[in-house]
Amino acid sequence: MNHWMIFPILLPAVVAPLIVLAIRNDIVLARIFSIGCSVALLMVGGYQFGLASDGVIRTYAIGNWSPPFGIVLVLDRLSATMLLLTAVIGLFVLLYSITGWDNRGRHFHPLFQFQLMGLNGAFLTGDLFNLFVFFEVLLIASYGLMVHGGGGATRIRAGIQYVVMNLTGSSLFLIAIALIYSATGTLNMADLSRKIHETPAATQAILSVGGALLFIVFALKSALFPLHLWLPGTYANAPGPAAALFSIMTKVGVYSIVRLFTLSSVGLEWVLPAALATLMIGSIGVLASRSLGQQASFATLASMGTLFVAISGSNSMALSAGLYYLIHSTLCVAGIFLIVDLVIVKRPGFGDALVESPKFPYQGIIACMFFAFAVALSGVPPLSGFIGKILVLKSTQGFPNWHWIWLILFVTSFVGLVGMARSGSLLFWKCNTTQLDVALFDSNNPSPQVNSIPSPVASSIVLQSVAIGCFFALIAMLSVFASPVSVFMKETAEQLYDSQKYVDSVLGKDK
Amino acid sequence: MSIALIVLLPLLGAVFPALMMRLGKNESAIAASSVTILSLVLLLTNIFAISQSTVPQASWPWVPQIDLNASFFVDGLGLLFAVMILGIGLLVTVYARFYLSPQEALGRFFAYLLLFQGAMLGVVLSNNILLLIVFWELTSLSSFLLIGFKSDSQEGRQGARMALAVTAGGGLALLAGMLLLGQVAGSFELTEILKEGEKIRSSPYYLSILALVLIGCFTKSAQFPFHFWLPHAMAAPTPVSAYLHSATMVKAGIFLMLRLWPVLAGTQTWFYVVAGTGVITMLIAAVIALFRDDLKSILAYSTISHLGIMTMLVGFGSEMAVVACVFHVINHAIFKAALFMNAGIVDHETGTRDISRLGGLASLMPISAITATLAAASMVGVPPMNGFLSKEMMLEEVTHATAIGVAWLLPGLVMLASVFSVAYSLRFLLYTYFGPVRNDYPAKPHDPSRGLWLPPACLVVLAILIGLFPEAWAGSITRLASDAALQSKSPKFHLSLWHGWTPALMMSIFAFGCGATALSLYVPVRSIWNKALLPDAKGLYDLSLNACVRLARITTDRSFNGSLHRMLFLFVLAASALGGVVFARSSYERGERELLPINTSMFVGWVLVIVACFVLAWKHQSRLIALLTVNIVGLISSIAFIYLSAPDLALTQIAVEVVTLILMLLALHFLPKEAINEVISWRQYRDIVLSVAVGASVGFLCWAMMTHDFQSISSYYIQHSKPLGGGANVVNVILVDFRGFDTFGEITVIGIAAMAIYAMLDGMLTGPLSATLLKWTSGLRFSPNRHPMMMVVVTRVMLPLAILVACYIFLRGHNLPGGGFIAALVVSIALIMQYMASGFAWADERVHFDYHALIGGGGLIAAITGIGSIVLGKPFLTSGFKYVDFPFIGKVELASVSAFDLGVFLTVVGGVMLALANLSNLGRMTGDGKQ
Repeated sequence: MNHWMIFPILLPAVVAPLIVLAIRNDIVLARIFSIGCSVALLMVGGYQFGLASDGVIRTYAIGNWSPPFGIVLVLDRLSATMLLLTAVIGLFVLLYSITGWDNRGRHFHPLFQFQLMGLNGAFLTGDLFNLFVFFEVLLIASYGLMVHGGGGATRIRAGIQYVVMNLTGSSLFLIAIALIYSATGTLNMADLSRKIHETPAATQAILSVGGALLFIVFALKSALFPLHLWLPGTYANAPGPAAALFSIMTKVGVYSIVRLFTLSSVGLEWVLPAALATLMIGSIGVLASRSLGQQASFATLASMGTLFVAISGSNSMALSAGLYYLIHSTLCVAGIFLIVDLVIVKRPGFGDALVESPKFPYQGIIACMFFAFAVALSGVPPLSGFIGKILVLKSTQGFPNWHWIWLILFVTSFVGLVGMARSGSLLFWKCNTTQLDVALFDSNNPSPQVNSIPSPVASSIVLQSVAIGCFFALIAMLSVFASPVSVFMKETAEQLYDSQKYVDSVLGKDK
Repeated sequence: MSIALIVLLPLLGAVFPALMMRLGKNESAIAASSVTILSLVLLLTNIFAISQSTVPQASWPWVPQIDLNASFFVDGLGLLFAVMILGIGLLVTVYARFYLSPQEALGRFFAYLLLFQGAMLGVVLSNNILLLIVFWELTSLSSFLLIGFKSDSQEGRQGARMALAVTAGGGLALLAGMLLLGQVAGSFELTEILKEGEKIRSSPYYLSILALVLIGCFTKSAQFPFHFWLPHAMAAPTPVSAYLHSATMVKAGIFLMLRLWPVLAGTQTWFYVVAGTGVITMLIAAVIALFRDDLKSILAYSTISHLGIMTMLVGFGSEMAVVACVFHVINHAIFKAALFMNAGIVDHETGTRDISRLGGLASLMPISAITATLAAASMVGVPPMNGFLSKEMMLEEVTHATAIGVAWLLPGLVMLASVFSVAYSLRFLLYTYFGPVRNDYPAKPHDPSRGLWLPPACLVVLAILIGLFPEAWAGSITRLASDAALQSKSPKFHLSLWHGWTPALMMSIFAFGCGATALSLYVPVRSIWNKALLPDAKGLYDLSLNACVRLARITTDRSFNGSLHRMLFLFVLAASALGGVVFARSSYERGERELLPINTSMFVGWVLVIVACFVLAWKHQSRLIALLTVNIVGLISSIAFIYLSAPDLALTQIAVEVVTLILMLLALHFLPKEAINEVISWRQYRDIVLSVAVGASVGFLCWAMMTHDFQSISSYYIQHSKPLGGGANVVNVILVDFRGFDTFGEITVIGIAAMAIYAMLDGMLTGPLSATLLKWTSGLRFSPNRHPMMMVVVTRVMLPLAILVACYIFLRGHNLPGGGFIAALVVSIALIMQYMASGFAWADERVHFDYHALIGGGGLIAAITGIGSIVLGKPFLTSGFKYVDFPFIGKVELASVSAFDLGVFLTVVGGVMLALANLSNLGRMTGDGKQ
């Protein structure tokens, strides 16, 4: 029994209450514990990734109740990848937030760790209802992070919309689980995979409707057209680090779809129109955006569209392209939202609005970072966005109407590039020659005479740049080592499509 | 390896000049030029091999999955372009060092320049066509940075964006074309593709490939109708223009057409599209150039015109035309770079580039005047300059080409263009340097420092040398490059100044005469031109882009209008549509279970639920009524649970209903009492139809679920609850043992929810909304007796009793209905009653612990219980129980799950009470509390 498997869930589940119990009023201690936990998660994630790459599917029966009766955790290539990705995003976003965001409201660190716990749980669990539970954990923590640090009426409003949409989604999730349980009598995913084909004709419709509703739930989480309307408002109004962390949250929906639909051997070709619509809406939004945060949100939407285009290919080649793109898009989106936040902090009075402003501190370095991430996000060479896009392009050639897909992918790329060039040149180039009067906008330090506290506008951005730089370094590595990564993703996709192996690993061969 | 280094050196070396800038401008320039020289030396080491007709190659796999490999090769064509890129790059570096003012960020400039240089080298040396695209787009990106270098100027920004949009957009088309090309050819390596000409030309994808590749080439090389970006790229600092628009950026398109000539050329389509575009571009640009007043603008249109010449030559499809094109590429790079640098000198020294404010500079700036005269002579094609030679070759080829069966059509058009070309060249030269000396120059003109005039002078010397001794100075490289472009031995030719009285020479002389005459008539012609209504390419571009942005904004604003109503509508619609389609497409049969008879009490309950739902829908504006009706539904559910023999669920449901009702009532206090009453519109009818349909479907699904028998895992739980779980209450054993992990997650949810509410309200009370909140009053009239004595007494008596009941429920939970969750709710209700009866302040004073600690502690206890089993070598949350005989009490079951249940208990109490404390905090902070 490999107890390491429970650690990605257990570690934050212990550290977060510990912070709440003992050190909720000491931000320094909370930071130390939180960072420590994230570092440990990264190490465990790396270890498990190494474990899983041998292709063996490992299980962990919680409470020693054998599946399908108890809850089982399953570690395969996909879940190990997602765990590692979560750990990476978590650590670097945390690194960014300890420069001040975490102190703008209460309970940032416990909520952050609980969110990681929910994510890790969702990626590890092999039980449908348990997946629901972890969805709740990560969502409820994300509600807290979404409205962290107060914020104006727009943020609260966006937060409420986010809560309402997700609670509605959760209700549907429960209905879907009930339908599936009533048709198969089980909640274990491996068991489900087996029972699906044994369902009598009389109740097959119930099962199918359950599956369809489940898809709707996950599509809502991943903002697939026509369930995409919530995403831009939520992401653009969330605090920067929260939005950066949310980059992995939309992927939970994708993960769940991939997991369940490969296990049940149901094709996803019919998702293609919705995927293309999402892609187009996102790109149009990138061009239309009036603030950088909004633009990043629409770029996120577009990347979800691209991801779904790949997934709708429903074969292991397309899926592996999609998984590569998933990693790329998660890293990019996380980085770009941190940059958006940096712009807001350093440009007081103007925020991230795409309007002309005076020059602001650290403009050059922020511009460089934006340029790099914009290149990656819009899929222009030489970064992973380009490689990912070609992988996706190649994977769609099996479709009868592939040239239309190509056309849309190319045109949206172009539109996104034009949109980002416009916003970048407006934000970083088109500046009044006047210098921003730092003292004027300093909220922490209303009297310019007292200069003991460094103002957030003028204070250095070393740690922030390091955090964003780490994301960029990962994107660069993803580009340079695209080949081994994509080989791994191919193996991951093949493992996913070999659902019999999953079932055997979880339930044993003899059954 | 060395070939890859040629490309990588400038790319990686780009940081050096930026760093060396700390030492000074010279050091930065030296760093930049050292990188270039190093790269050039590496390149030249390959000359010997190439002249022996071998092709040095280097290759590493990068992403073989998509046939993207880091493979490079250098043949004659690549060598020629690489030498131009590096050679002129070196001169531009020197020039820029002296050109840019001390205020400008020279280090950054050189970094961009080297990036661009590396990208260009990549384009011409890549063997893999996808790698070529990578570099191709990198040139677009780095030229974006270079053109926008003067970011303060509106023209700089717009020019940069336009160049990026056109060239990177074209790059995307090229990418599509290359992907197809690679597939058709069966390889993505140029060395292989170039052997597959027949296969590619006969493939059904030939036309698509041709169209996509040509869009890429034409955008990059500014061919009509994509030419408009180039003049606006003149907003760049002049060294950039001298570099981008002579030897590099714009030649990339020509390079690629030459490169793919063996596989794409030779068809009718190729001839008409490429040669046609070339001729049109050549003519239009030459005409426009005549009517420009900005020196750089004249040169920009002249560049377009010359690119048109080269495109046309490539388009002819004859081998000799390719030779002429290659030769013209060399010559154009030399004289155009010199001219751009010269225009920069004029700008630098006189403070203007406006030709109408110039004239008579020859005596003031003699060196510049000489270089300009010689370079312009080369541009017009006057012997003995190099431009004359390639122009003669071009005219010679034109006379052999026949378009749409009309022999004179092409020569005629080219003649016309030549006339304009002569006119604008003469105008450029005469109106700047000759004529009377003026006394109104913005600055006092004089020859520049050596750093500025030497680089163009070098180029002019080279131009003369090639003109006088063409075979010695350009013969072998032209042959090498042409061989490589043709992928076969090029036809025999001999470069020389004098070819005899050929038709080409006649045409040249004729054009020269006409051009000079045209210029003498310039004033009247100009006034006609000024009156003519001509389409403005930039205006059209801006107009269409702005229209696109506006359209994008309208559609985006329309669809993302922030309406929660719309989001929910689409969600419900999508769910019901997909569910409906899927249901219709799978098999279903009626359930076989026997239906139970309806009894009166259940019927009453059923009617109540329906009535409550109707009232809710009807009266939902009143939040109080909405809350109460929802609670009725909840209570009837709990009755249903009792009826269906699920006492645990019923207990839980009742407790939850009570707690939520109280908390919601408290929260309602802070909300408007009435929701906004919407105007009845067609939307509401639409929603009514949808919700009735969805309600009916869910009802049907429930019916379907309950009327079918099914096998499930629940029998296992019932069977093993007592022997393995140690508890007779199977529901509780499921909650704390079989599926304790779910419970672990759910108590976390409760804790997080309370903490999130706390954090949110705390943020609101300290954030920008606090002022609004602190001033807020509900406007309700409160009873003078806010804490009635009766209620105070009853609740205080009840508290210990309730706690006792809770203990009882907690302890018996494992075997009988109850458990930590229900016990926690009971305690919470009792505590909430204290708050309500005796006031928040009174209750808060008597609470000596923080609810946060309860949440944290509860979560920790539950987690530690689980970890206990790990310590014992069992999986997380493995339960254990033991029956122990205690004196006086008797046999008692000690189970690890009790500790887990305690964690549940604490977290739930903490969560509920923290939510209450949040509300009480809000109440005390707002206007009401302070009254």
